[in-house]
Amino acid sequence: MTMSGIPQPARRGGIWQVAKPQVRNVVRSRWLLCYVGFFMLATEGLLRFSGGDARTLLSLANVVLFVVPLMTVVYGTVYLYNSREFIELLLAQPLKRRTVFAGLYMGLAIPLTAALVAGVSVPFIVRGMDAASRLPLLTMLVGSAALTLIFTGIAFCVALRFEDRLTGLGAGMGIWLLFALVYDGVLLFVVSVLADHTIEKSLLVASLANPIDLVRIALLLQFDVSALMGYTGAVFSRFFSGALGLMVIAAALVTWISAPLAAGFVSFSRKDF
Amino acid sequence: MISVRGLHKRFGELDILQGVDAEIPTGRITGVVGPNAAGKTTLIKSILGLTRPDSGVIEVAGTRVNGDESYRSRIGYMPQIARFPSNMTGAELITMLRELRPDATDVDETLLSSFELASEMNKKLNTLSGGTKQKINAVAAFLFKPELLILDEPTAGLDPRSSSVLKDKILADRARGRTFVITSHVMSELEELADEVIFISDGRIRFNGSLSQIMHLTRQANLERAIVELMERGAAA
Repeated sequence: MTMSGIPQPARRGGIWQVAKPQVRNVVRSRWLLCYVGFFMLATEGLLRFSGGDARTLLSLANVVLFVVPLMTVVYGTVYLYNSREFIELLLAQPLKRRTVFAGLYMGLAIPLTAALVAGVSVPFIVRGMDAASRLPLLTMLVGSAALTLIFTGIAFCVALRFEDRLTGLGAGMGIWLLFALVYDGVLLFVVSVLADHTIEKSLLVASLANPIDLVRIALLLQFDVSALMGYTGAVFSRFFSGALGLMVIAAALVTWISAPLAAGFVSFSRKDF
Repeated sequence: MISVRGLHKRFGELDILQGVDAEIPTGRITGVVGPNAAGKTTLIKSILGLTRPDSGVIEVAGTRVNGDESYRSRIGYMPQIARFPSNMTGAELITMLRELRPDATDVDETLLSSFELASEMNKKLNTLSGGTKQKINAVAAFLFKPELLILDEPTAGLDPRSSSVLKDKILADRARGRTFVITSHVMSELEELADEVIFISDGRIRFNGSLSQIMHLTRQANLERAIVELMERGAAA
């Protein structure tokens, strides 16, 4: 290949070179525009009609905690299935699978996170907000960004594990349903059945095992309204409060981001394309 | 250029490749033919490292394919289906590929002009016709002047003029010493291009030799009939 006979190690593009064109691709999609628009409208509407900033934030948090995981897991799954041929093209380049995987993940997670943060924060910035609401707003933005990263990872996992896209989409939505709706109900049921036993420690673990609950708890800890926390939140706030609680939640969220990502990468590196 | 020994690959219940041995000589055009689901694409994807064989050895230019990615800098690949991210333009695709190989400054974009693609490169890829996307696919495969080009059904979806442009390019690059592996369902096309033929059926290589050998062996008038003859002999045996 080279005249000297000793091939020089070639410089290779990295993760960002893979991610950049995809960020551009996602940003241009009509779907992302709708996603930003939805958060802007929801935030603006709540700011306009529900009075004070703290109440707005609580209502908004309920919307965000419901919508972000669902939309992320659905869009992420469909996106990966649609990228199948593009992934093959990338893997035929002199790139490591690790690089391609990280590039794909960032190519989707970056625009989704940016859309969410922009959609929610722009109405607040335009209208101005009182100082007391800044920290809860920041918590909500960081928390929902973490949910975007987590559910993008879950979407990748599912789309790589199932060849059939309908099965994959169904599995993704099933996981969302479990964390968003079923989980707290099942816990309440378990608690009512085992009312005589001391199971608070297990409940504490259970509260760490649901990423959506974790973000909700982080928010409610700041508002100090444990009545709205649901069962896991109430237990959690008895054990952890203040900075310690936030740190435990942050650590659990980081684990929640890494675990699907690691599982997805294992599938990706073994997969036959 | 490529040596394949004892390649096995199962997908669940299906034995796609059942011990494939093949030699693909340097500087020649090897046509891979066989019925649908015979294992042609799986063989190609194993060479590219897209599919991991269950057992067997593949060497590309003396380098064993074992998960290290650097050998792929010598390969240009044109996949069968051209589907790209829908809001990306052709120009952005080419830019991305070039940024992924910052050292490859000497690129071959002759197909861009011979396909007259200039006006199409700034349009979103999902607005382009299948044939135009396939042309961009071809530009990408030839871009880095690779020693080895693997083309999966390269002329599928191309109009006659574009198809001849591509065939001329293939023949011109063979004259420069490049190696080609081409799958096609159009036997007349392979007859025109190929020096060597690999006939694969039910996951096994049934023939691996020169085009003149297969014609001589079967005493048929053209490659299509020669392949049918081989299939019938296989069924009878």
